Amino acid sequence: MKRVNAVVIGAGAAGGIVAKELACAGLSVVLLERGKWYTAADCRKDDLRNQRTTVLGNAFGPEEEGNPRVWLDADGHPHTALPNEGSYQNNAACVGGGTLSYGAQAWRYLPQDFRMRSTYGAPSGSSLEDWPITYDDLEPFYEKAEWEIGVSGDYSGTPFHGPRKRDLPMPPLPPGKEFSILEPAAKRLGLHPFHIPMARNSISYNGRGPCMRCRWCVGFACEVDAKNGSQNTVIPVALATGNCELRTECMVKEILSDEHGRARGVAYFDEKGRLQEQLADVVVVSGCAIESARLLLNSRSRLFPDGLGNRYDLVGRHLQGHHYTGAVGFFDFETYDDLGPGATIAVSDYNHGTPGLCGGGMLANEFIRLPIHMVDRMPPGTPRWGLGHKQAMRQWHKRSIVIMGPTQQIPTAEGRVTVDPGVKDKWGLPVARFEGNVHPHTFEIGDKQASRAEAWLKEAGAIHTSRMSSRPEQVSAGQHQAGTCRMGSDPHTSVVNRFCQVHDVDNLFVIDSSVHVTNGGFNPVLTIMAIAFYASDALVRTWRGTGLRS
Amino acid sequence: MKTTSECGPVTRRQFLAAGVVGGAVLAAGCKPGRQSVWEFFTPEEARTLSTICDQIIPADDYPSASQAGVVTYIDRQLARFYRAHRDAYRIGLQNVQELSQRHFAQVLEALTAEKQLQAVLLMETEQAEFFEMVRKHTFEGFYGSPRHGGNRDAASWQMLGLSEPPLLGRAQYDLRERGGQ
Repeated sequence: MKRVNAVVIGAGAAGGIVAKELACAGLSVVLLERGKWYTAADCRKDDLRNQRTTVLGNAFGPEEEGNPRVWLDADGHPHTALPNEGSYQNNAACVGGGTLSYGAQAWRYLPQDFRMRSTYGAPSGSSLEDWPITYDDLEPFYEKAEWEIGVSGDYSGTPFHGPRKRDLPMPPLPPGKEFSILEPAAKRLGLHPFHIPMARNSISYNGRGPCMRCRWCVGFACEVDAKNGSQNTVIPVALATGNCELRTECMVKEILSDEHGRARGVAYFDEKGRLQEQLADVVVVSGCAIESARLLLNSRSRLFPDGLGNRYDLVGRHLQGHHYTGAVGFFDFETYDDLGPGATIAVSDYNHGTPGLCGGGMLANEFIRLPIHMVDRMPPGTPRWGLGHKQAMRQWHKRSIVIMGPTQQIPTAEGRVTVDPGVKDKWGLPVARFEGNVHPHTFEIGDKQASRAEAWLKEAGAIHTSRMSSRPEQVSAGQHQAGTCRMGSDPHTSVVNRFCQVHDVDNLFVIDSSVHVTNGGFNPVLTIMAIAFYASDALVRTWRGTGLRS
Repeated sequence: MKTTSECGPVTRRQFLAAGVVGGAVLAAGCKPGRQSVWEFFTPEEARTLSTICDQIIPADDYPSASQAGVVTYIDRQLARFYRAHRDAYRIGLQNVQELSQRHFAQVLEALTAEKQLQAVLLMETEQAEFFEMVRKHTFEGFYGSPRHGGNRDAASWQMLGLSEPPLLGRAQYDLRERGGQ
């Protein structure tokens, strides 16, 4: 196959942006994606088979067969995880990655989120650290992401955000019923409620129409294409340059390297299962935190016997996601409406500044509420089954509100991705294995967040509440997975430098959530996108024809 | 819908177990080659499961689990996404009948409603893992989308006062389309 300037692995939030930025700068690009390219017409609104509720499987991959993972429990016993199980920590496998079927909350992290160690000190046993870059470094690229991808919302209600040079390109959608119930309650508590920033068209934008207000967002492809992901924004732009070729259903086997240890391309299985080689001047890994780490670990050579970029046993460590906790409130009046996207109101008063806690997280109301989501969320004391349960469903389904949020996890070096020594996928490649957990302080913060959610619901008039606050046995990574190829200035403690370049291999980049040192108390996608714009900008600036300026 | 007949050796086991039920049931039993409404269950298994499901979601002003097609949902998934649970159902349902014999000296279906409830309560402790699976699948079949064989006529959504079908926009598929996924 014809050699190209850059091969980008993974057409998700980050990979789509990198492909577009490089292609627009005139580089020839091959964008490889293991999944398929779905469109708005593939939205089936199936409540049992989607990316959020997976009892009958994932709608947008990976397939159930031939893609296992393994997780080790606290005693070190291995368990197989299938793609529709929570322990799999799945993110979609398709063009757009998670952004095809996400809820599309598009948050900027706060300035403190990049300075967690300086702000709080690292709890003993944790690997809490500062980023080598700051909010100010990313600010222009947050703005670029908000305008190129398309974000609606309104930050005017909250003082808890970093400096902004430009407003969001679209106003928020008009408030729904839950917003009107929760907003005055939050204000009475002295909080600062506001409209959640969303990568969703509230007005026509970028050649596509506005949201039609159905509530089937998170887990589903938007059937009117009003939700903005890489598949309907940057990837079409990349392809339109004529410089980028997208190859779907292509699974990368390994990154190839030469005798000097530089990357020379990739070996991959194409859509017919044939092994192919794509040579390139630059290799960009954008497979999301778990698969990116796995690919590096599976790319072994004489110079890198333990995996590319893994000279110091750092690839895969500090795995993070978010620890979700919250509460359900039950009311003696109807709270339900069918208006999408459902999640509309948030507070970020609790992200930082609580004495004794290392951070916190945003709290918001929930997206789609299907009956199947509520069967185990009835008020305390409700029978688990039988007539009492059926009647409770009838009584409470439309008289309940869920508030929850992503508690920022405190990472550890032991919470990590490795590759399993025995289990292989359908291509014969060793699968990802999860070990360890986040720091237990995470759960203290999560418990506090749940009690805050409960207090907000009570202030709003809830007559019963029940908390949702668990202690998962493994790192809760999933769609918010991050941290496995930490960004830093010291090659002994990090995998990539501040421009996402692997320390040891100057033409190999990891550009996705893998590089997140910490993961904020917010949905991470806008930060992933901002970093992709930022790292692409640096790459393009150092590009000199068929290589990089040293 | 495929109507694969699942007769084979299990039916013979059921045949023996069904001795106490009486000739009528045996006569209606699955014979090799005969078309069944079930893709996976034998008629006896379907009746047992139906009894359990109707304790988990009994009838009131709205349909019970089985009336809303929950057994169809579970049966269909055991031939599709839940193939890995086939043995658990085969063995679990047999064990429920043994439990019923041991405590009440009758098959589950023949018990009074009150005793059926007691039997399912015993099942919840004695066969906790199987019970939790049946409970989960029953809720999926009752509260999930009709396209998978359960929630007949969107009965549960009507019960909850949700618009039916709960969709805005283009409905480009038939919710009652069979064998969805």
